[in-house]
Amino acid sequence: MTSTVGGPLLELRAVRKSFGTELVLRDVDLVVPEHTVTVLIGASGSGKSTLLRCINQLELIDDGLVLFDGVDLADPRNDADEIRQRIGIVFQAFNLFPHMSVLDNITLAMRRVHKVQRAQAEAAALELLGRFSLVDKASQYPDRLSGGQQQRVAIVRALAVSPKLMLFDEVTSALDPVLVNEVLAVVRDLRKDGMTMVIATHEMGFATQVADEVCFLSGGVIVERGAPDQVIHAPTDQLTQEFLRRVHEAGRL
Amino acid sequence: MTLDPTSGDAPFASPDGWRPSEHELARRAARRSQSRRGMSIALVSSVVVIGALGTVVVTSSGWPVVRDTFFDVPYGLEVLPIIFDGFKLDLLLVAIASVCIAVLSMIVALVRTSRSPAAAPFRILATVYVDFFRGTPLILVILLIGFGIPALNLPKISSLDVAVLGTAAIVLTYTGYVAEVIRSGILSVHPSQRAAARSLGLSNAQTMRHVVLPQGIRRVMPPLLNDFVSLLKDVGLVSILGVTEAIQQAQIETNKSFNYTPYVVAALLFLIVTIPLTRFTDRVLATSISRQNAQGTA
Ligand SMILES: Nc1ncnc2c1ncn2[C@@H]1O[C@H](COP(=O)(O)OP(=O)(O)O)[C@@H](O)[C@H]1O
Ligand SMILES: [Mg+2]
Repeated sequence: MTSTVGGPLLELRAVRKSFGTELVLRDVDLVVPEHTVTVLIGASGSGKSTLLRCINQLELIDDGLVLFDGVDLADPRNDADEIRQRIGIVFQAFNLFPHMSVLDNITLAMRRVHKVQRAQAEAAALELLGRFSLVDKASQYPDRLSGGQQQRVAIVRALAVSPKLMLFDEVTSALDPVLVNEVLAVVRDLRKDGMTMVIATHEMGFATQVADEVCFLSGGVIVERGAPDQVIHAPTDQLTQEFLRRVHEAGRL
Repeated sequence: MTLDPTSGDAPFASPDGWRPSEHELARRAARRSQSRRGMSIALVSSVVVIGALGTVVVTSSGWPVVRDTFFDVPYGLEVLPIIFDGFKLDLLLVAIASVCIAVLSMIVALVRTSRSPAAAPFRILATVYVDFFRGTPLILVILLIGFGIPALNLPKISSLDVAVLGTAAIVLTYTGYVAEVIRSGILSVHPSQRAAARSLGLSNAQTMRHVVLPQGIRRVMPPLLNDFVSLLKDVGLVSILGVTEAIQQAQIETNKSFNYTPYVVAALLFLIVTIPLTRFTDRVLATSISRQNAQGTA
């Protein structure tokens, strides 16, 4: 860690979420101190995406607390939109707006939500694009970019409004290995800058490198959590061991 | 899992013994009171607006006359059966016209979007067709065909019933509109979808049939349904040819009694069909969207 560790920026207490009769998250507790990286691992369908979506209120939770800076995001009496501007999320499927140029994708929220002047917003966007070697793509439409470039633009778009917390949902799962690295490099950079992040991923090597805490989810429960060396290299829980063995067999470790 | 009876579809208890916590119950109460507040604002403003409009109408000096000549309930009930008979003809014409329009407009749209060089003459023809019928007022097309064709004294065709000719005019005009809506739906499907289907070995026609059209049509369902509701009303225009459908019947009755209530009765009959239709299609659309886009993300 380069930065000092503060109090928890994000805290989940007994978060529960069901779809119809299917219970997808069972009383999940999670503490994410400022300037730390929490990595969620687990099989497909274990609830990683749902957990991230519950954090920034894209899904209504059934019960529990989602405390961001001590404020309950799930409470309708708090202005969720306003707090959510402080949380960036990047999806597996990029979700760039196809009808806008890269630059407009990035400046949209700055201009419309934060009322920044266009010139100023574009200058800020170009600076960010420069950091991630994307300046020459500024006027392109997303469809014309490679997957890795699209995903990096999606990250820049989320970063443009200076969030305090970044959520990443399997951001490399749709990319080939070379492109995976260019995207993961961006995340490593952010960690150096002290960004607080919650990351769902299948890249165990990457998880080991960036995580302060690794949480293994199974059936909507965090069955094991701890330092990456412990959870990924010396898991104690049988489910974790089994999952990692399967990942290992698939050659992803 | 039991659903909370007081809070929509939020769960209230589950087999593992969970009950909503205090803070969750407080959140639900807050959500309920927020939606109640929204609803009471909407209700109060509706009542005020409708009440004000109603007062203006009812207190106007002409209201007693209007009430007797437009809203004569016993007279309305008396003419209802005969207007309803006419309305059944309207529905029949709509049914026939919509089938014809669906088939023809699909053909025109497919021709207009086809890329094969061999189809070029058909493409030009289809474009001219669309330009002409979309650009001419429907009422003129009905008059031209309804009075022009019989005047031509052609064997068979000229002796067709005016209801048939009127419907044909409507079909020709609507086909122009609907074909363009379908074409825009087809063009809105991303090229990568076509590429994916072709690379699986599907032929051009199979790609269109199984991949492009289902997505494209779904996307333009709202404007298509809009056109369908328009069609329901426009079919009444064949009355200008003397076809005794609902509007014509209403006119005949009105001419006899100098009371306009039959027109109001006809209007109500149309509304009884169009309003539930719109609500129903809204629902169908919402379900199909939510099923396909469960999360909106992966
Ligand atoms: N919108 C939804 N409607 C119904 N079930 C859903 C929805 N989203 C997710 N699920 C279910 O929730 C479970 C967890 O999904 P998800 O959070 O996407 O898992 P992961 O990201 O770990 O692969 C899965 O069983 C999935 O089928
Ligand atoms: Mg997922």
